Amino acid sequence: MFEFIQRFFGKPASSATAKERLRLVLLSDHLSLAPDVVEALKHDLIEVISRYVDVDAANCDVTFEQQEKQVAMLANIPILGMRSRPTPPATPPPAAPPPPAREAEPPPTLDLGGATASVAAEPDAAPATNAAVAPATNAAVAPAANAAAAAPPQRAAKPAQNGGSRKRRRKRASTTAVPSAG
Amino acid sequence: MQETVQHQELPAASAVPRKRGRAIVITSGKGGVGKTTTTANTGAALAATGASVVLVDADVGLRNLDLVMGLEARVRHHVLDVLEGVATLDDALVTDKRVPTLRLLAAAQTREKDDVDTAAFSDLISSLRDRFDYVLIDCPAGIEKGFTNAIAGADEAIIVCTPEVSAVRDADRVVGLLGDGRTVKLVVNRLRPDLVRRGKMLSVEDVNGILRLPLLGVIADAPGVIVSTNRGEPVALDAASPVGESYRQIAQRIIGTLATAPEIPRERSFFEKLFGSLR
Repeated sequence: MFEFIQRFFGKPASSATAKERLRLVLLSDHLSLAPDVVEALKHDLIEVISRYVDVDAANCDVTFEQQEKQVAMLANIPILGMRSRPTPPATPPPAAPPPPAREAEPPPTLDLGGATASVAAEPDAAPATNAAVAPATNAAVAPAANAAAAAPPQRAAKPAQNGGSRKRRRKRASTTAVPSAG
Repeated sequence: MQETVQHQELPAASAVPRKRGRAIVITSGKGGVGKTTTTANTGAALAATGASVVLVDADVGLRNLDLVMGLEARVRHHVLDVLEGVATLDDALVTDKRVPTLRLLAAAQTREKDDVDTAAFSDLISSLRDRFDYVLIDCPAGIEKGFTNAIAGADEAIIVCTPEVSAVRDADRVVGLLGDGRTVKLVVNRLRPDLVRRGKMLSVEDVNGILRLPLLGVIADAPGVIVSTNRGEPVALDAASPVGESYRQIAQRIIGTLATAPEIPRERSFFEKLFGSLR
């Protein structure tokens, strides 16, 4: 009876939690991205996004998850506030868009050991509290990936802890494909 | 002189036409999921059909298959004795107390896995295949040398997995390590249907939704398995035991005489719980 009430109030059964956790852990197992590579990716992502908005670098979270037959990268980057004027990149990459980045310019690319992640600012980007980085058009390179980031500042929670917020977040984030892990 | 000849050329090889038995490794990655119990019971069930079966304990240093089989008092020589020429294969093979077509080759208890040469172990499995219909290899936990040795001579594998996140993750890893060259099938062990119904345990579908392997069987978490291990009597030989029947069906699926999909163990009714306490 207690279980029934728990279920009624939306607390997921532990088997569902187990399934979800397994799915996620196997995903990163299969991706075979070494933790230091993910760390480097996260660092670069934060660096790029920090040029335009102030982010809470300590609470950023980059995860990968399986969607249908693809793996998507989700970046949860809490935003502290908008920058009055975007800072130019410290070390300008060849294709880096000069600020202001409201124009869709060739995005800076991240080399991801075979996979390429392109990050571009969405032209009609979000209100001040919410930055969305939308997928840029894929280049002809087959294993290409777009990175998407959504960051409601009021929620810097870890994504794996809350199924509900994950779903909501996913809706807001334009999630994107990384080559399938198989 | 005679012994040397016997050691180099297995007796059955010269007289009897060579068999080409199947070498199946029972593995899991994670420890404690029931590899040894699965090996013992599947082997006993296979042998009970009349097939000749040898069980090889590849867990050098942590020998247990003999204990689960109830044959610990009969072991005189172990697999390293055979590999190092201290004993002949016939000296080392222990015949089961109950099923005459079942043999055991025990692991060395006081040695280490690194003492086993992978190629030599693989050759041993190959020569066992010349003499037996089925060679079941009980793989140690882990993915190190012991695992490499155990899978070297096997062209088929049975993954034993319990409905737990750690076991599924390790099983997934092991499937990857086994590569594409082997037939890999799944046994889900220690399922509790009552917990699955209440959403407190991963179901067989959940587990195999991730592993995606042909399902060989599902074994319920039943007290009878523990009792049979305590006694050193494989539950597969207990005709009245439902879990024993699950193992017998696994054997039939291995042989190919049973084509139906494995049954998922059902919950025991109130009266079954009351009266059939240990089955």
